[in-house]
Amino acid sequence: MPTFVRTDKCDGCKGQDKTACMYICPHDLMRLDKDGSETGHAMKAYNQEPEQCWECYSCVKICPQQAIECRHYADVVPLGASVQPLRGSESIMWTIKFRNGNMKRFKFPIRTTAEGSVDPYSGKPEASMDELTDHSTLFTKGTHSCDMNQFIAA
Amino acid sequence: MAEEYGFGNPEIIEEEVDILVIGGGMAACGAAFEIGRWLQKTPDLKVKLVDKAALDRSGAVAQGLSAINTYMGENDPADYVRYVRGDLMGIVREDLVYDVGRHVDDSVHHFEEWGLPVWKQKGDEGKKLTEGGKPVRSGRWQIMINGESYKWIVSEAAKKSLGMDRIQERIFIVRLVTDKNDPSRVAGAAGFSVREDKLYIYKFKACLLVAGGAVNVFRPRSVGEGTGRAWYPVWNAGSTYAMAAECGAELTLMENRFVPARFKDGYGPVGAWFLLFKAQAMNAFGEDYQSKNYDILKDNKYDAYADGMKMGTCLRNHLMMKEMREGRGPILMDTPTAMAKLAETMTPKEVKHLEAEAWEDFLDMTIGQCGVWAGENIEPDKEMSELMPTEPYLLGSHAGCAGIWCSGPEDIPGTPDHYHWGYNRMTTVNGLFSAGDGVGASGHKFSSGSHSEGRIAAKAMVQYALDNKDWQPELSRTVDELVEEIYRPVKTFLEHKDYTTAIDVNPHYITPKMLQFRLQKIMDEYVAGVSTWYQTNGKMLEIAEKKLVMIREDAQKMRAKDLHELLRAWENYHRILAAEAHMRHIQFREETRYPGYYYRMDFLDLDDDNWKCFVNSTYNRDTGEWSLKKVPYKQLVKHAEGEPEGLARDGSPV
Repeated sequence: MPTFVRTDKCDGCKGQDKTACMYICPHDLMRLDKDGSETGHAMKAYNQEPEQCWECYSCVKICPQQAIECRHYADVVPLGASVQPLRGSESIMWTIKFRNGNMKRFKFPIRTTAEGSVDPYSGKPEASMDELTDHSTLFTKGTHSCDMNQFIAA
Repeated sequence: MAEEYGFGNPEIIEEEVDILVIGGGMAACGAAFEIGRWLQKTPDLKVKLVDKAALDRSGAVAQGLSAINTYMGENDPADYVRYVRGDLMGIVREDLVYDVGRHVDDSVHHFEEWGLPVWKQKGDEGKKLTEGGKPVRSGRWQIMINGESYKWIVSEAAKKSLGMDRIQERIFIVRLVTDKNDPSRVAGAAGFSVREDKLYIYKFKACLLVAGGAVNVFRPRSVGEGTGRAWYPVWNAGSTYAMAAECGAELTLMENRFVPARFKDGYGPVGAWFLLFKAQAMNAFGEDYQSKNYDILKDNKYDAYADGMKMGTCLRNHLMMKEMREGRGPILMDTPTAMAKLAETMTPKEVKHLEAEAWEDFLDMTIGQCGVWAGENIEPDKEMSELMPTEPYLLGSHAGCAGIWCSGPEDIPGTPDHYHWGYNRMTTVNGLFSAGDGVGASGHKFSSGSHSEGRIAAKAMVQYALDNKDWQPELSRTVDELVEEIYRPVKTFLEHKDYTTAIDVNPHYITPKMLQFRLQKIMDEYVAGVSTWYQTNGKMLEIAEKKLVMIREDAQKMRAKDLHELLRAWENYHRILAAEAHMRHIQFREETRYPGYYYRMDFLDLDDDNWKCFVNSTYNRDTGEWSLKKVPYKQLVKHAEGEPEGLARDGSPV
């Protein structure tokens, strides 16, 4: 169920030491063919092991050129459909094209804060060394209320 | 003169830290969040996190999720324990489950604070959970989210908490090393960069092993390009179980597996369809097979774990598989009726919104399922979809409980001594901790619970590192030995590659891909895979045992023609050990505890008199031998009204 890279759009994330798709793929599938010796297309990326692709779309979503798409797995799915996202900073837009030509479009929120704005410890309790061995709490002290009468040994 | 490093001649990088985190998924991110705060009080501690992928999209949540499956909210954690022990057929570590239950909501509240959109009930839109905003529940424990960027958000918090100078991506740790002077203690880990010719050797006091479950151990239903369309992430290679076992850690319930019934081929989630949209599943003739087949649960004493339609997930599979085995498939999810019913009371605008929600369920977490539906012109409001049980998966955080035997919290009432030995989430190897898919006998943590468990373990590791401040780790293997071992597939390739004209066919080596096919064939045909409808017996397992020993030997002859293949070689080595643990445990447990996941045809009954207990195993890396034993189960949370009768029983004597 592999992703593929379009030769007319991929620019190999030129000028950088690695491409965005290589950086993000959780399964180390994307590879930059620097000299064209692997694919015949120099300075373009490709999916080196399509039968190991989970189709998680991490590469599709991150590609700055929108050069990566998915051709659903050839041993299972009839040809002609496509599912393509456009991921922004607050939402993602999906275009689903059916084999019969029907189209569906959806837009969903993806986060409520600006990317990079997370400040994990702001306003949080400090860790207290006295509580290091206390298993009933973590540093944030957000433990759920517990009805101890539910225990046989209570 | 500076030495030329290259393929086959890697630069060796040695580093000493106090705490090493191996993995980058939800548990690792939870550990980073917790530990970062403690580090502010203990600035002398050195911590490092290494991930074989990129934190933003690594682990099981890489693609996103449409729901958070563990959120207590209005529930008491004791009821969560009851739900988990019911689903996992009565044998779980209630102390570990409870511990996750009491901490998990705090993780979810932080996800929302960091930017994860959590669905709210009408009137509560915009109101955070901590402000009393009521979530949209798709079940008693599940809440719906817009989770495309779930991992991205959690990873951002983890990176900020720990700092990027303490995180290194694309480092694959393949092996733990015990201490030279104390073999019951872990002292280091070794692995390699999948990007550069560099080999890494770490020494440490404590380590958190959180590298996911095991996928593609069994032959998958799709074997061409579709091999990658596993239900659980295809990059989960059993590394957690294999590295722990090789280090001498006790594993538990490795006989447990998960066989989810999902939309066929794409493996899209069914939870929202069943729970949120109230869809029904039926056989080819429109019959409700669950009520029709209910009485078969009595045949082999499985009914002790069912009370009406309340039953473990494996039992639901059991009722479904009878239909398929006897030729009344396919099993169909009646999506059109469900949507039509919901539409009866809705405006057209609400119906459109509902349709979007149904598609989002897939788009957030299993985009491939949309590909299948679009390719086959399936629109769920017009056409039913097939359901199918998948190939088996080994995991400890989702609806399964395979994993490592870990110490629990000290403050849970009634906990027997053999449940804890000092440090929370520490394995039986001193200094080795785990969480998420790694911790066995405590399933149903899912994404949020794994994050919380990573936090729990991180805190305990800080304590361990401080308690062992003056202890100096010393590796039981030399650097040369480790280099030789880890880069062996590369050496093998370079030495023999010119012997034949075709690079993949060579009597001196085996490609990682072919080795994986071989493993999958053995597991599928002898250890209750899909081709035997999940059935096996002692004789079949004897054959599997013989074949698995040989494949473990042949794994030493894997080749790696580049760093990518070296990654695959080691992943597959880990798969072999995870597979072997699974087979040995099934062999040892002479009953059928999880019908619908697997059947011991020679011991088809569920046998509470003899087997209501854990099965634990250890592996001896030097001799290649496994030893297995029974470990007592102890009930901690009171039996409640409405819980199936089997759950009222304490463990069998062992």
